[in-house]
Amino acid sequence: MSEPTVPVHPEKPSVEHLGDLVVPGMALGVDNTYEAGLELKARSQWSYARRRFLRHRLAMTGLVVLVLLFGAGIFANLVAPYSFEAIDLTNVLQGPTTVAHHFFGTDEIGRDFFSRVIFGIRTSMEVGVFVAFVSSIIGVIVGAVSGYYGGWIDNILMRITDLVLTLPALAILLTAAALLGQGSQWRVSVILALFFWTGLARIVRGVFLSLREKEYVEAAKAAGSGDIRIMFRHILPNTLGPIVVNGTLSVGAAIIVEAALSFLGFGIKPPTPSLGSLIASGQQFPQKWWITVFPGLTLLVIVIAINFVGDGLRDALDPQQRRVRA
Amino acid sequence: MHSTRSSGEFVPEPVLSIRNLVVEFRTEDGVVHAVDDISYDVYPGETLGIVGESGSGKSVSTMSILGLIPQPPGRIASGTAMFKGKDLLKMKKRELRRVRGDEVAMIFQDPMTSLNPVLKVGYQLGEAIKTHYPKEPNDKVKSRVIDLLRLVGVPNPESRYDNYPHEFSGGMRQRAMIAMSIANSPSLLIADEPTTALDVTIQAQVLEVLKRVQAETEAATILITHDLGIVAELCERVIVMYGGKIVEHGDVHTIFQNPRHPYTIGLMDSLPKLTEDEEWLRPIPGQPPSLINRPPGCAFHPRCFLSQGRLPCREDVPALRAIDGGSDHKSACHFAEELIGRHSKFAEPVPAGGAS
Repeated sequence: MSEPTVPVHPEKPSVEHLGDLVVPGMALGVDNTYEAGLELKARSQWSYARRRFLRHRLAMTGLVVLVLLFGAGIFANLVAPYSFEAIDLTNVLQGPTTVAHHFFGTDEIGRDFFSRVIFGIRTSMEVGVFVAFVSSIIGVIVGAVSGYYGGWIDNILMRITDLVLTLPALAILLTAAALLGQGSQWRVSVILALFFWTGLARIVRGVFLSLREKEYVEAAKAAGSGDIRIMFRHILPNTLGPIVVNGTLSVGAAIIVEAALSFLGFGIKPPTPSLGSLIASGQQFPQKWWITVFPGLTLLVIVIAINFVGDGLRDALDPQQRRVRA
Repeated sequence: MHSTRSSGEFVPEPVLSIRNLVVEFRTEDGVVHAVDDISYDVYPGETLGIVGESGSGKSVSTMSILGLIPQPPGRIASGTAMFKGKDLLKMKKRELRRVRGDEVAMIFQDPMTSLNPVLKVGYQLGEAIKTHYPKEPNDKVKSRVIDLLRLVGVPNPESRYDNYPHEFSGGMRQRAMIAMSIANSPSLLIADEPTTALDVTIQAQVLEVLKRVQAETEAATILITHDLGIVAELCERVIVMYGGKIVEHGDVHTIFQNPRHPYTIGLMDSLPKLTEDEEWLRPIPGQPPSLINRPPGCAFHPRCFLSQGRLPCREDVPALRAIDGGSDHKSACHFAEELIGRHSKFAEPVPAGGAS
């Protein structure tokens, strides 16, 4: 077989003129003009995704809002003008005012509501992020094992998933709270996490089911990789997109459920403020609108922002997606 | 056992010695006899070609010895596969895993799908080393990977290291796959149709790389293909498979010039010869046999020009036996002797008389 002669494109310098650029592959009769540093720098998957995300207006808006609100939550000690427990009996049920920095007014024992909302953001954020993180880990492990091994392992794990999915989460949580009493935010978080992994487990299982048949998985097996290594080094990176999206969205979902629990009085124990219990405290004072409206609005804005970010990530991480929406 | 090949030289112990391997798949339609009682040896440094059409069992015969067929439905019913004094078929999963990719490596058919799209090529090659030598320091692994990429002719290996597979062309990816397979200096390399998914000019380059790699690593190679041209180019010995059985076995010159099995002759006849102006190619009539309900007797007899419906072909399964005077040339045909003196169209015109 004679060596193939590759026609050199007229605009490109021919191999002979490349001088130093001629590389070892030459010996094999390879056309090097393209590889010899003349090509454009190819973008990586992530830089495409980043670009798509940055162009997603809603998602960017959501991200900015979220950074501001969560930033306030993280640095609540610095941002809030008062401690969430500081009582000022001279200013009870004060409406929103700039006097003494009671921007959101005060509650029935004179605690600064602006500070309480900011600390409430911190609590809600911690719960949301913790639940999303822990439930993602559970979901990924269950889904990966289920999808990779299939067979009876898959069957058992998926029936457990179905079971958890069919349980009325709120009812169980209320029962648990009633039995155990109001708890610390960590206990609430753990219980929530035990209910939040099912969706992701199913998604991850689906992706693993299709990816385990891929040839690169077979190649990895032929290279001597073990099951764990194949699952988490070779297949898992291919499922990061849905995991990240799902994780983000479940931060919002967890915050809402936690708020609902706290609203019903079964969530985080006072005096630690959480957005749900702050909203609930407004029930006693229907005329004092600020007590309900400010934490409610904050909750709304946080969850909408999270969902925008999640949607943006979904669009950005989908490699099939070429066009940017919104 | 020492065998002598056609040249008469002394041949060392085989690297891999397969005896009476039977592989079945249980399906809803019945048991598929993918590989039926095959035996062969692979010697150090040589290239053994396994040819046959789709479904002849050529891939399964090698995949199964590495435990790479899905079990169930696959099942290795019997046989041994001695590799360096150990039976691969009796190894535990963990032991076998240690062999795979280290002492026995595979090159897959489709480089487009055999590389993980989300991991950098350099990382994936490094993985192949790290899997077996986890204590190797990262910088050493990286420089080894770059050396490997250079060896297989990937230009600018330093910058290519950080590329993703989609930034590689098909030929480059197959080079990367070859580099991955030799990463741990295996003593046996199994190339399963390494060029089938590539276009012809790239095929030539990849074959060149394979040759070079083989010279460099001195690994014994099993080359599975349906392309007789590649066999002629790269292999020293050839096994022809049909319907899960070995039908002919011999060194590449003998097989190409004096095939002694009607199927092999049919394969040769169905190829174009560049030096002659042929109006028509002669295909083998009929369909490959069903591996569930195989024809009784010789699996090839319904399509065979030599059999003409003779009784032994229809009733007795022919054994693989030495012909042409006890050389390494073996054929599984009841009437192989009738083919003596008959040359394939690729035979060189000079030596008339059927000397092998």
